[in-house]
Amino acid sequence: MSDHVDLIIIGAGPAGMSAAIAASRQGLSIVVLDEQARPGGQIWRNVEQRRDGALSTVLGRDYAAGAELVDRFRACPADYRAEASVWHIDEGQGTGGGKVFYLKDHQARVLEGRCILLATGAQERPPAFPGWTLPGVMGIGAAQVTLKSGGQIPDGPVWIAGCGPLAYLYAMQLRRAGGTIAGFLDTTPPGRLLPNFFAFLQAMLFQPAPMLKGVAWQLALRCTVPWVPHVAALTADGGDRLKTLTYTTTGGKPVTVEAAHLLVHEGIVPGTHPTLMLGCEQAWSDAQDCFAPKLDEWGETSLPGIFVAGDAGGIAGAQAARLRGELAAVAIMRRLKPSAVAERDAVKRLRSRLSRIIAGRAFLDRYFRPREAACLPPDDTVICRCEGVTAAQIRALTTNGLGDPNMVKAFTRAGMGPCQGRQCGYGVARLTAEITGTHAATVGLYRARPPLKPITLGELAVLDKQRTEA
Amino acid sequence: MFRKIAQPAQGVTVEVDGTPVRASLGETVADLLLRQTEVGFGVNAASGRVRAPYCMMGVCFECLVEIDGRDSQACLMPVREGMRITRRMGRPEVAA
Repeated sequence: MSDHVDLIIIGAGPAGMSAAIAASRQGLSIVVLDEQARPGGQIWRNVEQRRDGALSTVLGRDYAAGAELVDRFRACPADYRAEASVWHIDEGQGTGGGKVFYLKDHQARVLEGRCILLATGAQERPPAFPGWTLPGVMGIGAAQVTLKSGGQIPDGPVWIAGCGPLAYLYAMQLRRAGGTIAGFLDTTPPGRLLPNFFAFLQAMLFQPAPMLKGVAWQLALRCTVPWVPHVAALTADGGDRLKTLTYTTTGGKPVTVEAAHLLVHEGIVPGTHPTLMLGCEQAWSDAQDCFAPKLDEWGETSLPGIFVAGDAGGIAGAQAARLRGELAAVAIMRRLKPSAVAERDAVKRLRSRLSRIIAGRAFLDRYFRPREAACLPPDDTVICRCEGVTAAQIRALTTNGLGDPNMVKAFTRAGMGPCQGRQCGYGVARLTAEITGTHAATVGLYRARPPLKPITLGELAVLDKQRTEA
Repeated sequence: MFRKIAQPAQGVTVEVDGTPVRASLGETVADLLLRQTEVGFGVNAASGRVRAPYCMMGVCFECLVEIDGRDSQACLMPVREGMRITRRMGRPEVAA
C-alpha cells in the first residue's frame, strides 16, 4: 500500500503550511505529515484553540496572527495527516523525491513522493551546564510551548538565564500571565554592541518594527525585574529536583540563590537529523554557530527533489519560513508541472521580502551568539542526558586520539539513547574539537540513521502486512 | 510545578498512576503531568535519577511515559478521555 503523490511535506509549521497552500493552488497532489495533533508548528502551537480569550492577550498579536495561516492551510486541498512521526526517508537514488516512512496510530506506513519538502523546523540549542538534568530546569522555548498548549506558567518565582529574542519575549509573556521573575541572568557577553554596530543599524533599517519591539522588551525588563548582566557560568543543584542555582558573572564571584524554576535559552539551531540521515551535504554556519543543509536559492538540497524550507535550513524565523516555503513550492511546481505559468514578479517579491529579513537577522546572530563557555562546559557536566555521559568522559577519550564524534559514541554510548544525539550532538562535536585543536565544522556531527524515531517491531510489522495486501 | 493561568471550560478525565485526574481539552499529557505534585516523569535508565521534560517539542525524550500500555512522548500526545498514564519511577530491570 504505497501511496504515490506529487509532493510530501514534512512539518506543518509556517514553512510547511505556506508551501502546501502555494503548491496545492497549482493542482499538485500533496500530503503533509506532522508530529503534532494540530497545525502551526512550535511558533503557532495550538493557535486554533487559543485564538480568543486571556491566553491570546498574554501571547501577543504575532502569535494570534498565525491563526489566519492555519485557517488557509486547513482550507487548502492538501491531505494533512496529524500525529504522524516520520522515522525514515528513502531517497529516490538520484531520480528525485523518494519514500517517506512514518508512524501513525501505532502503525508504520509508507508514502512515495516525486518531491519531498522537509519543513521540520528547529530546536533550542542545548546549553549543557552542571545540574541541567534536574527537574525544574527547562528550556525557555519548552516553557513557552506549555504556555501555548497547556495555558500554564511555572508556579512560583522563575529564574531566567540566557539571551536572544525568545528569552525576552517569554519573560514579557510570563509577566503578562501573572508569573513572577526571580531574576533575569543575561548571558550576552560584554562588549557585543560596538563591534556589531553596523549590523545593528542595518537591522534597524530593514526590520525596524521587530527590532524596536525587542529593544522595548529589554528596557522594560531591565527596569522591572532583578537584572544580572554578563552571566558567564551556571550551576544547578538539588537532589531530585532543582533547589539552588549558582551563577558567576564575568570577573565576578559565584552567587548562590534558592531556585525552584530555572529556564535557559541560548538560541535555536536547525534540526539536522532528517537531512543528515539522507546524506544531504551540510555546511557549517559561522554566523549561527551550527550546521545547516546546503541549499540552492529555492531550498533544494544536494539530493534532487529533496527540498528544505524554514528554520530547518538555517535560522531566520517564522516570517522568513513562510517565504521560503512559498519559494520551494514554486521550484517544485516548475519541476513537476513545467506547463504551469511561472509568476516571475511574484518570485521577485518573495525574494526581496526574504532578503530584508535576512539582512536584519545578521545582528541577532552576532549579538546573541552563545558565549564559548556555553559550548564547552566544565568536566562534571552531563553532556549526553540519555546515557549520562559527562564532559570529563568525552575529554578523556578525545585526549587519547579519538577525534570523531562517532568514535566517542561507540566508546561512551553518548548519543545512543532515545533522543539519538539530538541533545548532545553539538556538545560532543565542540568538546572533540576543543581537545583535538580543530573546529566543530571539521569534526562534524554524529551520523544519523533510521529509525529517526523509536519504533516497535509490532508497529514495523504492519508495514509488511500492508505490502502483502496491496 | 506549573499552574493554569485560567480555568479551562472543557475537560476530560484521565488516569495518572491509577488515580483519576481532570485535564483540559487541547493540552498534552506532558502539560498535565507538569501540574502534578510529583515532579518526575520517570527515571533515567542509565543513572536512575528522576527526570522531567526539557524541550516539550519531541526532541529530548525526557517526557517518555507509558500511555495506554505503550511508551509515548508525553509532550506530543494530546489528552483523551479515559487515557491511562503510567510514570515509571523505578529503574527498568533486565532479566539475566
